[in-house]
Formats: sequence, C-alpha cells, structure tokens
Amino acid sequence: MAVRIQREDFDLGEELRLIRAGRRDLGALVSFTGLVRDRHGEAAITGLEIEHYPAMTRRALEAIEREAAARWPLQAVLILHRYGPLAPGEQIMMVATASAHRAAAFEAAEFLMDFLKSRAPFWKKETTPEGACWVDARAADEAALARWHAPARS
Amino acid sequence: MSLELRYFAWLRERIGLPGETIETGAATVADLVDELRAREDRYALAFSDMGAVRVAIDQELAGLDAPIAGAREVAFFPPMTGG
Repeated sequence: MAVRIQREDFDLGEELRLIRAGRRDLGALVSFTGLVRDRHGEAAITGLEIEHYPAMTRRALEAIEREAAARWPLQAVLILHRYGPLAPGEQIMMVATASAHRAAAFEAAEFLMDFLKSRAPFWKKETTPEGACWVDARAADEAALARWHAPARS
Repeated sequence: MSLELRYFAWLRERIGLPGETIETGAATVADLVDELRAREDRYALAFSDMGAVRVAIDQELAGLDAPIAGAREVAFFPPMTGG
C-alpha cells in the first residue's frame, strides 16, 4: 500500500516491476495511467498545470486507498499523482492494484480512479493558444461515485 | 479566534492570495463566508456562487453548516479535478 505525490515523472514499467518484485502470491496486476491530451473538445491544449493542497492530498489519497482495501482483497496498491506543469503526452498519474484474481484488481482500480477524480484535492488548469482555463469538474465524475455507495464487503 | 485560511485554484486567483491568517468570531463555515464577503469585492466575487465552492476544515471535507470552533485551518476550493 503506497501513496506518492511528486513533481517528477515516473517509469510505469519500473513501478509495476517493484510491486511484483520478490512476490509469488500475486495473481493479477492492473494499472491505469492518466495522460495529458493535446485537445479538449475543439480547443488545442499546449500545457496542463496541476495544483494541489499538500497538507490534505496525502491524507485524502490514503483514505481512498484504505477504503479500497476494505472492499477488495488487495495484495498491493499504488497511487501516484504528479503536480506542477505538464506538457501534452506526459503522464499525470497512475494507480496499480494487485490481487489473487483479476475481478478484484479491475474493480479496485476503477474505484480508486472514481474517488480520486472527485475527492482528492487536485485542480487542473489547461493552457490553450487563447489563454489558460481551470478545468470544470464533470457531473459524470460525481455520478460515477454513486455506484460504489453500497456498503463495504466484510 | 485565530484561523488559517487557504485558497486554491480560481478562488486563490480571484482573492489574490494563497492564504491568510484572520481573526474571526464565526460559528460556522457559512458565517465565515459571510464575514469574508463583507470585507472586499474580491471576496464577494470569489464566494458569489457557493455551489461551485468546496470546503475543508483541518484537511477534511466539510459542509457549509459545519462548525469551525476549534478548527486551525479552513480551505476553500472548486470541485476537485484529479486523475
């Protein structure tokens, strides 16, 4: 179980290798990587600035991680999120989940993504040729949380 | 009481500060927002639509009716856009 918040880029393959290193009990390892796109609808994106609330970010991500671990039998979890200025094509963040079987690993990865989109204190500002603009939260992201509101598995 | 305020994203830009220390007698977040709005136009503008503002008390998400007695830090920010 790990949470990392950093300005630097990361090596996805190396992160996944480290999760597997020395272990023979993992049955499924799922990862998701968020990337900076070069378009948002009609607008060309030339850069993305990610702001966060350092005193709260780690606490919020650890709470989301604990909730995932309470719901699924996870053998490993990594949440890694960058902040600062990013260019199109760069990696923004990743989550990885490991479990004995793939269903738990897939579901837990989706759960982590749904919650960190709307409950972790990060804000994105896109730069376009016409100027910079804060990214609005999408109603669909908030709605995505509703499907997880069943009680945690015991 | 003395309270640390933190502003993020467009709230930080509209208010023109990342944060400040204030003296307040506000009982709830809503009372605190009313106090801030009355200070200057930039606060009134930043807090004109509270449906677009989220609040954390001591780094935990809270509602507008939450009491702030004993709190050390209150943060205001737009809906989060991580991931």
